[in-house]
Amino acid sequence: MMSVYLKTSARGLGRKTFWCLLFLSATFVETGAETIGARFQVAASTNAPLHPVVIRMPSGTPKVATGLTNFHGQPVMASCSSCHATTKPNIDTRTTADLDQFHQGLKYVHGNLTCLSCHNAKNYDTLRMADSRPVEFTDVMTLCSQCHGPQKRDYDMGLHGGMNGHWDLTKGGRTRNTCINCHDPHAPAFPLVMPVLPPRDRISVPAKPNAKPANH
Amino acid sequence: MDTAIDPEESKGLSRRTALKGVGAMLGAAAFTKAIAPLTEWTRDISAEEFVQKHYKELTPIDLQIILSRLEKDTKEQYGADVTIKDYKPQEGVKFGYALNLSVCNGCRKCAEACHIENNHDRPSHQSYIRVFEMSKGSMDMEKGNAHYNHPVPQPDKFYMPVQCQQCEHPPCVDVCPVEATWKESDGIVVVDYNWCIGCRYCEAACPYHARRFNWTKPVIPASEINPNQSYLSNRIRPQGVMEKCHFCLHRTRNGRLPACLEACPTGARVFGNLLDPKSEVRQVLAHKRVFVLKEELGLKPQFFYFFDV
Repeated sequence: MMSVYLKTSARGLGRKTFWCLLFLSATFVETGAETIGARFQVAASTNAPLHPVVIRMPSGTPKVATGLTNFHGQPVMASCSSCHATTKPNIDTRTTADLDQFHQGLKYVHGNLTCLSCHNAKNYDTLRMADSRPVEFTDVMTLCSQCHGPQKRDYDMGLHGGMNGHWDLTKGGRTRNTCINCHDPHAPAFPLVMPVLPPRDRISVPAKPNAKPANH
Repeated sequence: MDTAIDPEESKGLSRRTALKGVGAMLGAAAFTKAIAPLTEWTRDISAEEFVQKHYKELTPIDLQIILSRLEKDTKEQYGADVTIKDYKPQEGVKFGYALNLSVCNGCRKCAEACHIENNHDRPSHQSYIRVFEMSKGSMDMEKGNAHYNHPVPQPDKFYMPVQCQQCEHPPCVDVCPVEATWKESDGIVVVDYNWCIGCRYCEAACPYHARRFNWTKPVIPASEINPNQSYLSNRIRPQGVMEKCHFCLHRTRNGRLPACLEACPTGARVFGNLLDPKSEVRQVLAHKRVFVLKEELGLKPQFFYFFDV
């Protein structure tokens, strides 16, 4: 729907003007839509009926805010293919620093991967496995698991990733994060954070810097 | 020539009467001493609270009356409508906790979640969890620094949250002179806050520094009070009693995950039933390199630390 509207307006404005507007719009932000997906894991062989374990999956292909609003005042979102369907993929592009327009400011620190390691040049609304098979954005865990096997193994055992809800599935369900809820796929390492709630008790108070050492 | 003294004719005090008098005096003194606390009776201790029995001796009706009284007291003293319940251990459940030191980043969100969930005193930043910043290469929590205040994680450090380890042989329980703390069948060491005399022996006995003392009457704004409370866990504690991590039993005995686990942004925490071979915590024990703190003390903690790979 959005891309149809976008294409219509592009025709009206003149393609060049439209792309200029799009580029100049300051709020060119990429958003990964995430909602509760309908993935269930049910442990077998228990007497009581078990509540589902729901994994928070991306709801679909990501949409990019164009910075424009439609006549309802809603932001105009564009899917990847809106632009990439008509743009020739460049396999030499390794990071966003190589680009002179679009995706500017997108922090990219993910090993030696290039854009097209994971993004599918044949259909930008899907992702690409290492053997070039397409994989849906909703199935992002399959993509990540290619390299991050130990994490996937631990995830399947319930030992990796945050969760909410019940430990006892006979009493209630559980919601689990997917990879990209915690890890930015373009820069997956956890950022530095400031710790909260500093303790105010006297246990393990560090020695004052100007205090004399106990023995030399 | 009978020289024996007839008792009837004796004029002075007999030995028997004198001893009776001494006995009565000692008895009266002991009684006065025994009721001495009554003279120190303050308004914040009601008569019902004063004569309240030990938790284990309460009948269900006693308990119901006490819970209603505590709810009423909370309303009067803190202005908050709360529900205080008593959750019993589940059959076939023994709780275990595991923590992945490879991913913990020391953000202290767990300590904050505990602070909020368990109605801790706000000014003192009380929490059952203390996060130690540790130098790589050492597992000695005594060398850790809990007072770090810089962006985390630092590259040469790792972070080790420490809370009650719910020991299989809890020394804090052994030393309590009034049996105000004990280990329940699901492994959680609890405190009857109304029976505790505040001697702090348990605090001294705990090698994990897991016990906390309420130096003051907890200060919490009414809007921040968690209304979902239970007798042995997160109800607002009186001044002068000990408290400790209870694995959020008001949540976990209803099948829910503890607050610290849900708050963890790195997914470092794993909680579950040690008696269920399929539980997540058992997967940790089966597949990871696991260690317990101060293993040499032989207290058998039910809290496990592990590293990835």
